[in-house]
Amino acid sequence: MFHRRSLATLFATLLVGLLVGSALAQVELRMTWYDDGAEGVVMREILDRFEAANPDVKVVMDTVPYSSGILESLPLQLASGQGPDIARVTNLGGLSQYYLDLRPYLSDPGYWDENFGPFLDWMRPAGSSAIPGFMTQLTVTGPFINATLFEQAGIPVPEGPTSWVEWAAVTRQVAAATGTPFAMVMDRTGHRLAGPAISQGAQFLDADGRPAIDDPGMRYMMQLMIDWHADGTMNPDVWIGSAGSYAAGNEFFVNAQVVLYMSGSWQVGQFTNLIGDAFDWVVVPNPCGPAACTGMPGGAGVVAIADTDHPAEVARVMEFIAQEENLAEFYGRSLFIPGHLGLASSGVDFATDSPLAAAALTAFSQQVPLLHPTAYAMQAYPFNFVVFNAIRDRLTQVYVGELTLDQALERIQADIDEALREAGAN
Amino acid sequence: MTAVGRFLTRRQNDGRQGARRWTVADVLTYGYLIAGVLIMFGPVAWLVLSSFKTQANLLEFPPTLLPLAQQTAEVDGYPNPLPLFDVAFEDGGVARLAQVRRVGLQAQMVDPADPGEIVRVAIDQRTPVRVFRLATENYTESFSRFNFATYLRNSVIVTVGATLITLIINSMAAFALSKYRFRGRNAIFLVIIATLMIPISVILVPVYLVITQVGWINSLWGVIIPGAATPTGVFLLRQYMLTIPDELLDSGRIDGASEWRIYWQIVLPLAAPALAVLAIFSVMWRWNDFLWPLIVLTRSEFFTLQVGLNAFQGELNVQWHYVLAMTVLTLLPITVVFSLLQRFITTGIASTGVKG
Amino acid sequence: MAATPNAVQRLNALAGDGVQRVYALAMNALGLIMEPAQKLLGVRRMAYLFVLPNLLVFAIFILFPMLLNVYYAMTEGGNLYPQDRPFVGTANFERLYTCTDYGDPNTCLEDRFWRAARNTGVFVFFQVSGMVLVSLITSMVLNRKIVARGFFRSVYFYPVLLSPVVVALIWKWILQRDGVLNAILVGVGLDPINFMLDGTWAMTWVILVSIWAHMGFYTLILLAGLQSIPAELYDAGAIDGTSTTQAFRHITLPLLMPTMMVVLVLSLIRAVQMFDEVFVLTGGGPGSATMLMVQYIYMTGFGTQNPRFGMAAAASVTLGAVLLVATLLQLRVGRGSERHLA
Repeated sequence: MFHRRSLATLFATLLVGLLVGSALAQVELRMTWYDDGAEGVVMREILDRFEAANPDVKVVMDTVPYSSGILESLPLQLASGQGPDIARVTNLGGLSQYYLDLRPYLSDPGYWDENFGPFLDWMRPAGSSAIPGFMTQLTVTGPFINATLFEQAGIPVPEGPTSWVEWAAVTRQVAAATGTPFAMVMDRTGHRLAGPAISQGAQFLDADGRPAIDDPGMRYMMQLMIDWHADGTMNPDVWIGSAGSYAAGNEFFVNAQVVLYMSGSWQVGQFTNLIGDAFDWVVVPNPCGPAACTGMPGGAGVVAIADTDHPAEVARVMEFIAQEENLAEFYGRSLFIPGHLGLASSGVDFATDSPLAAAALTAFSQQVPLLHPTAYAMQAYPFNFVVFNAIRDRLTQVYVGELTLDQALERIQADIDEALREAGAN
Repeated sequence: MTAVGRFLTRRQNDGRQGARRWTVADVLTYGYLIAGVLIMFGPVAWLVLSSFKTQANLLEFPPTLLPLAQQTAEVDGYPNPLPLFDVAFEDGGVARLAQVRRVGLQAQMVDPADPGEIVRVAIDQRTPVRVFRLATENYTESFSRFNFATYLRNSVIVTVGATLITLIINSMAAFALSKYRFRGRNAIFLVIIATLMIPISVILVPVYLVITQVGWINSLWGVIIPGAATPTGVFLLRQYMLTIPDELLDSGRIDGASEWRIYWQIVLPLAAPALAVLAIFSVMWRWNDFLWPLIVLTRSEFFTLQVGLNAFQGELNVQWHYVLAMTVLTLLPITVVFSLLQRFITTGIASTGVKG
Repeated sequence: MAATPNAVQRLNALAGDGVQRVYALAMNALGLIMEPAQKLLGVRRMAYLFVLPNLLVFAIFILFPMLLNVYYAMTEGGNLYPQDRPFVGTANFERLYTCTDYGDPNTCLEDRFWRAARNTGVFVFFQVSGMVLVSLITSMVLNRKIVARGFFRSVYFYPVLLSPVVVALIWKWILQRDGVLNAILVGVGLDPINFMLDGTWAMTWVILVSIWAHMGFYTLILLAGLQSIPAELYDAGAIDGTSTTQAFRHITLPLLMPTMMVVLVLSLIRAVQMFDEVFVLTGGGPGSATMLMVQYIYMTGFGTQNPRFGMAAAASVTLGAVLLVATLLQLRVGRGSERHLA
């Protein structure tokens, strides 16, 4: 039972750990990262080039699971001062109190203001001029359709401004004609629902910038979702079948089990691999409502953490990655929409030979100017996660009959108010 | 009814019948056992098979039993291998053709033996030719992106270290609580009992705070020590040690043995079955532990296997093919240990049950 | 799975000697501290020294955090450090227990807490009774004169080794809309069922899967209990003409009672603590149909972007108080059966 070798290994490792820990000559920076695909590999190559040019700094990437690592553990680690030097995060505004302002350390802050300006507002309190980091990707939500199914059904793809009700009707026809089990599917998150709701006139925030959920636009969109789940237009597996967290509908689209999939630009990379030549997938413009034809912007950013012991070195790393040619490589090889205004206008050379992927990325880029101010305001709102999660979980309770729509709207508002009160945001 | 009754009471050493005939009870027994093998092992076999599927094959509806991949063929005049399809023509003929490209509902196909002529085929007339293929790249690719050796070393250190420490301190405490009368004994035992049912997930944040104050963030000690004083372990061992007769201890004392020597030379060997149960429990807990190491260890050189393999779960995309491959690899060591020690473990658990 | 007995014996013989030597060495080394201590303290007070290491770790990493948790329950806000958190007295508890109708969670301020409480009650009752029943039947089958008993014993035990996450992942794939189980249902001419969309089905599967994962352990305990029942009792019964059902009721069951108690206590503890398996399998859904207490606490205080430490702590203090009472009651019952065993 008591094995000599394992004990020896234990002590040896601890000893080595101590020695290594105390004998550091160069500055070691830690970057907490998560991977959706192979973008970590590209980032590592960029960091390798940085290290080659800056032998006094070493950057270690610690790749963690997104939900339990980035969303749940990282805030606790930051709150207790045990965080990394750099991190890739999506709750951009919610964690802004922990970010380092890079401005005093940057050689050319103007480059950052110019190219990252609108996105910097997502990472800093209103009115601040801090530069906490840059976007690793900009995302835009929007619907994908299976064009091959339309062709098989002999039904033309709707052109010009359309509404969600029209899309629901036409995709139901296509599904019926082709024997496809479901007309539509949407990722399980309030973020995906927000674009359609804003198009219908949902305000989300009142005049004082506080969340106010119950309005006709929001009710209209929620009622549509409830109806679609009741009559089988929407695949129920995603919203009802997985509780408690985000769930994606991509498997159903990849397997041609739905005609329309409401998701976003980040799917392009994996669709290229997973669908291959099985069918034609096309991005269509976001359907319109009385207020707009908008999706939601979003994305992930790399930010510097204020607790770091080496702010100057952190700034050097950030400045290196943020150079135009490095970001061009990163966005291009990861098939991410650039979160860099210069690159957005000059265009990124996406590393794909799939015409479908190239067309999809172009279509998403064209959606950016159509995004509604409310969509930007929600993305910049520091507690947007709170709002989106409350909508997601309470709306699901309506689908399964635990709540009525009225009760759900009341609960959503109460959940948000309680969370804001606890967070001291009142 | 009597058959069922006999089945319920039949015992292992029930050899009175002499030459055995197959009774209803026997059929029921073996039926139950074979169904048991299917139900208990089937899901695990499914996991192992799935870990050899490509990412696309894995997400396929309905799922295929075996890992399949589309067969491809080298065709003259085309630089890349082309996928093969069986095509059913309207005249009833069937041919195996390679697809050059698909345009809408039409596929352009060629006969691999005669690549000159392009045949146009409606896409619903072709079915892909698929062959059994193990996607071993799930293992090799995740290995290259996954510091398996480091994570394995950390997992082994945590599991072995924590189990040894748990066994020693729990058994020492159980020894004192069962074999000595001292002031505060009942109080200590009661407090331990009171915490028996509280899972650590419920006090995560306060324990984390304690760890930050002790300075064990990013130290394997922060993972090893907090869970070492298991109330379950102390409880189990104490109950078992109560059945060891005090006379054995007294005779040891008469021979001049120290209390420590009595503990490790008399009591511990007699408590071996209970220790075995605690050991297997501890190994399972520590090897499979995910959430706590993830919170305490932020630096990848300290990651354990469970933390590492979950890093393939992204924000918007889970790379299941890698997660599964690495899951199967983490199952291997514990399966090997179990199959080597299964006799010891199962009889160990069995004998504590009686005394517990 | 089954190494040949020969290999095992050889391994044991080889390893045995080495293990013993290392064991003696390590224990003698620790004795260098313990034996002088005995001279200093005397035999009586050695008990404190034996308890000390465990007690220290226990006090620092379990007891103290639990007390801290009680303090958290009386504070609010998003700050992590207790000294930064405003004290609010019993406000969290009041909020937690505010309902206009305790039968309807929708009328409670913290509706999820009450749903979780109800789900946990249902889960624990059916999971524990199912666990005891299935383990009992399996142990009786394994207790019969069968070939390859060791193999079958291991088969039932193997899932015990799997991590909760793996267990949930495997079953998620089996149970999903186009999963293996529905493929089988369609194969035998039945309609497919979408198990994860219906609250009752989801709870049923959550219970079955957790029984699947843990029954091996309890089966082995019961098997040992069965094997310790003397064969002569059954022989005597056979001469008296007792039927086999009567023998089961009057011999097997009463003599197995103490072992059954152990199984009951252990499985009850595990059922109340259940979290990861259910969380990965259903996420607590559909809606909140399978959300258990530990998940509620976890989701409120940790697994969220707006942790409410105070509310989570108040819920866990409540859970702890209920469990404490339950444990003490069990001990009372358990003491009775211990006497029975002796």
